[in-house]
Amino acid sequence: MWVLAGIGVIVLGFVLRFNPLLVVAAAACVTGLAAGIDPLTLLAAFGKAYNEARYVTIVWIVLPVIGLLERYGLQQRARAVIARFGRATAGRLLILYMLFRQLTASIGLTSIAGPAVTIRPLVAPMAEAAAEQQAGHLDEAMRERVKALSAATDNVGLFFGEDIFLAIGSILLMKGLLQQFGIDLQPFQLSVWAIPTAIAAFLIHSTRLLLLDRRLQRKARTAAPVEAETA
Amino acid sequence: MIGLGFVYIVAGALFAIYALLSLFDRRWPNAVFWALLALSFLAGDRIGDLANGWLVIGLVAMAGFGLMHPPKPSDRSEEGREAEASRRRDWLFGPILIVPITALAGTLAAKQWPDAIDPKQGTLVSLAIGVLIALAVVYAWLRPRPATPFREGLRLMDSVGWAAILPQMLASLGAIFVLSGVGKVVGGLIGDVIPQGSLIGAVIAYGVGMALFTIIMGNAFAAFPVMVAAVGLPLLIHAHHGDPAIVCAIGMLAGFCGTLMTPMAANFNIVPAVLLELKNDNGVVRAQIGTAIPLLIVNLALIYWLAF
Repeated sequence: MWVLAGIGVIVLGFVLRFNPLLVVAAAACVTGLAAGIDPLTLLAAFGKAYNEARYVTIVWIVLPVIGLLERYGLQQRARAVIARFGRATAGRLLILYMLFRQLTASIGLTSIAGPAVTIRPLVAPMAEAAAEQQAGHLDEAMRERVKALSAATDNVGLFFGEDIFLAIGSILLMKGLLQQFGIDLQPFQLSVWAIPTAIAAFLIHSTRLLLLDRRLQRKARTAAPVEAETA
Repeated sequence: MIGLGFVYIVAGALFAIYALLSLFDRRWPNAVFWALLALSFLAGDRIGDLANGWLVIGLVAMAGFGLMHPPKPSDRSEEGREAEASRRRDWLFGPILIVPITALAGTLAAKQWPDAIDPKQGTLVSLAIGVLIALAVVYAWLRPRPATPFREGLRLMDSVGWAAILPQMLASLGAIFVLSGVGKVVGGLIGDVIPQGSLIGAVIAYGVGMALFTIIMGNAFAAFPVMVAAVGLPLLIHAHHGDPAIVCAIGMLAGFCGTLMTPMAANFNIVPAVLLELKNDNGVVRAQIGTAIPLLIVNLALIYWLAF
């Protein structure tokens, strides 16, 4: 029972807004010691796990390319492209991107897009520019909202597209686990049932993006100060 | 065969350059942090588990106590960028598209020629190759000074700061949870509170439990085996004769709804907030809740209708 203390540390640490790295280190420490693992063994176990998880941190290697292109005006250019399409809206742009992300993820291409590769350099500046055209002027809260929704759209598209692919980690995890319980299933039997949720995710998130468009349009008409952002 | 080892050398070399640049600027804590990361990528497999543990403590000490300096401001103004942008026009998108296109082509090529590229790591390997090609192209085309791409990369990297290794830290915490048997304890607790006999009660407990446990662990993969063993298998599959494929496939997606709602899933929710320079680190999570909760309800309904 005491091993759950680590979860308490995490929740408390995040609520009190301590640095997340310290919170995670403390949680690992508390959990391991509560389970009766001696400190050096625990440190070695954490080091081993950390070393094996290095691939998670690979994504940052793309930053020199993005940083340099931003120096030469990449974000400005992304906004200029949107200005040429007078009828582009932030909502429709993000819906189109979500469709692209779901379709590519569903054939296993999960790493070809993401926050560093597509959202920061291209999608977020484009959505911001479109929103600016729609509303005339974006206040700080609305600008944050549009940027956050760009990242959110990437996640929704990825999560609810990737499980349609046969060889993705989660499908293999399910197959392996069910096998332990004596149930033998083919990956295809599992992945086909990701389709209804994928459609639902597309419809729900698209609705929210169209509501964003409506709000931006309303703002253009009234040009009144915005109510505080609540989500 | 090119595999993860190649990718780690590229990453290690890059972080080593960041460490050197920080050293030139006399920004010691940043230099130590990037140097430790470089060491991890270049020599992590050779220094042993315990040394890797100490390396993590060093990283946490530098980044966790706010010692690292914020990024240096760019030496090129907004107007300067605007002027460059109108000179280069849409060609600017070329290099940025090289990376995903190479990743796509490389993933397919790795399947075709598994002797050349490790097919399991095809995308990561070709991502790294794509970055190298894109760098070569921008050097040839824009002719920046040799250090400029790394200066700009370091500027972005410094603004990411501690968040750069948070996903990796959380993955390691997950391993400690497994080692300590956290999942078994939680599974036991959940098994005790499930209402017996009611199918809809069991479906709700399974789906909502999957999302909640994912919120705590930051990862649906950690929640899934626990919830299937505690509720999915004994109640939904055995007692109520649910279709195991549907129970599992949609149960996992209920977990993904939890991933949308937690700062613990740092690589999806915190890293983009930092990259987009949002004022609120939880801005992305807040933008996702409105999709995650209705979608979770849809998933519960889908399990209830389709699996029984």
